[in-house]
Amino acid sequence: MTVDGKNTAELAAQRRHRRYAAERRFKMYGIISVLVAIAALCLLLGSMLAQGLPAFSQAYLTLSVEVPTEDFRVDGKVDRRAIGDANFNAYIRQSLRAKFPEVRSRRDRRSLYKLISSGAAFELQHLVTQDLSLVGKTFSLEIAASDDVDQYLKKNIVADNQGRISVKQAGWIDKLVAEGTIGQNFNFRFFTNGDSREPELAGIWGAVMGSLLTMFVTLALSFPLGVAAAVYLEEFAPKNKWTDLIEVNINNLAAVPSIVFGLLGLAVFLSFFGMPRSAPLVGGIVLALMTLPTVIIAGRAALGAVPPSIREAAAGIGASPMQVVLHHVLPLAFPGILTGTIIGAARALGETAPLLMIGMVAFIVDIPTGITDSATVLPVQIFLWADSPERAFVERTAAATLVLLTFLIVMNLAAVLLRKKFERRW
Amino acid sequence: MRGLNLDPPTRRIPPDDAMEESKLQMDMDKNDIKMSTRNVCVFYGEKQALFDINLDILRQNVTALIGPSGCGKSTYLRCLNRMNDTIDGCSVSGEVQIDGRDIYDPSLDVVELRARIGMVFQKPNPFPKSIFDNVAYGPRIHGLASDQTELDEIVHTSLEKAGLLKEVKDRLKEPGTGLSGGQQQRLCIARAIAVSPEVILMDEPCSALDPIATAHVEELIDELRDNFTIVIVTHNMQQAARVSQHTAFFHLGQLVEFGVTEEIFTSPQDERTQGYITGRFG
Repeated sequence: MTVDGKNTAELAAQRRHRRYAAERRFKMYGIISVLVAIAALCLLLGSMLAQGLPAFSQAYLTLSVEVPTEDFRVDGKVDRRAIGDANFNAYIRQSLRAKFPEVRSRRDRRSLYKLISSGAAFELQHLVTQDLSLVGKTFSLEIAASDDVDQYLKKNIVADNQGRISVKQAGWIDKLVAEGTIGQNFNFRFFTNGDSREPELAGIWGAVMGSLLTMFVTLALSFPLGVAAAVYLEEFAPKNKWTDLIEVNINNLAAVPSIVFGLLGLAVFLSFFGMPRSAPLVGGIVLALMTLPTVIIAGRAALGAVPPSIREAAAGIGASPMQVVLHHVLPLAFPGILTGTIIGAARALGETAPLLMIGMVAFIVDIPTGITDSATVLPVQIFLWADSPERAFVERTAAATLVLLTFLIVMNLAAVLLRKKFERRW
Repeated sequence: MRGLNLDPPTRRIPPDDAMEESKLQMDMDKNDIKMSTRNVCVFYGEKQALFDINLDILRQNVTALIGPSGCGKSTYLRCLNRMNDTIDGCSVSGEVQIDGRDIYDPSLDVVELRARIGMVFQKPNPFPKSIFDNVAYGPRIHGLASDQTELDEIVHTSLEKAGLLKEVKDRLKEPGTGLSGGQQQRLCIARAIAVSPEVILMDEPCSALDPIATAHVEELIDELRDNFTIVIVTHNMQQAARVSQHTAFFHLGQLVEFGVTEEIFTSPQDERTQGYITGRFG
């Protein structure tokens, strides 16, 4: 049979080919979408890595420093209090001057001293306090170079008499490099120090402790409250218009912009209750309110997924409603609840806006030890460093972002693995 | 046929009364009645599922409830241990008594009631715990064992009565969900008898099982009869004939006929019963 000059077999073949092509195209759309998403992710991670990895190395000088005995001995013994008063800067500068005997003028000498980090004197003082036997000795010391030297060596700034590193300084630096006095090693201060105005001394440890304390308060509040609310709403609450209203409101709360919770924290917890500003306690409460709807929704979904046959079997042998929930339903719903909580916590870890409103944006140098100490959190620290003028903070911002991303990846991975581990078949 | 008691003959229910108030009169001692229901009506929201059920369950007997799908037998069974309380929108009216006491009395604790009246469901539903913990759960929460040895004994006795001990005695720590269908159902029966109930309700216990497992369970029901009162809902008329001493026929939410099993199946009074048994409908 012919239609339009082609027979039915040919028409069928044409339709088949078009169908195959359409199927292939459909699959391609999916693959392309996945590739675009992966490319965006790689771009983000790649740019962060490229910018941030240099932050993990720090320039330092190896100088031979003498700590003279005369300044410390009182009645023939080393006096600890004298350590607090001594001028360690002088010992370091003396050592540096010895390297460059040709540098004479006052201005040139000040310029020379600028090559060393302003925190070097404190580190030497700390070292001597720990080990008093160093008094009277001459020993080799690794001193952090200033951030300008570090950036010059990383080729981020050029020698320019109008800039941070003058041509003379560049000459001195090159000479020290050639001698082997200046080197680069791992920037351990990034992980052990708190925040600082000097980039070479700045670290994330204060922010990490602040984040940990805030997360602790957040989880301690949102997990029990969320699970208890989910259990009541799913297992015990009667089905009427009031519970419908509550369910709608909880779903809406999950979509509220986080800064609104910050405003709530400011108005209620700081102004009305007078809680300490910038404390992980307040930050934790604000973030707990933000995480609560997520935990409740995930909890209800997990509880609803437990088959009614388990509940009936338990009720059938005379378990009370509380026993049914605690002994049977909750253990089976646990993986789902855990996953929801970890995902909610991961989101809270990365929140900045609500914490800015309650003051966790201050410049905090000390490492917080309790939930009422002033603190800042990692995302806020990144925000602050991104604003700082020093060139060296650019790479540190990226490095801190890498640390934050690592935490988030670890938490989400933990959620997936824990879910797999606790999943039980019924 | 095995398992039939030769009870004194019962008075038949006149067919006309079956439409209005089905009154059952047995020429028996009131002591032989374990549970009784009077004018029980069940509503699912606006829809009425049971219409004035009057029925007596005799102690240490197996009573079978038969009828076509949707006739209300499972609903009636669930009234007996107040499992209908767990269903939203379900309301029960009328009187249900065990040993003369109304079970819907507010002063009666429903949790204790369900320890006295156990239930086995259609689809085996062991807890996702070990076999031992499945059977031990009931005694644990009701405090029936004072120490571990007593608990072990209760578990072993229950498993043996359920005919499962020989097959599982070396793997009591394995999950209950790893057993075959028939074994799971016997595990559920063991779990139910571990709390020493007085009545066991069974809702189509063999419908999800193969014929051999079914035979095991039917044998078990016969053995359990010596110590427990059993009410069994079944679709399978041959099973009802094999296993029970009394049978009640339900149709469209009404109790149509009740009597000694042999007589229901050989000479039913009501034509609806006749129609169902001969397979004309249902």
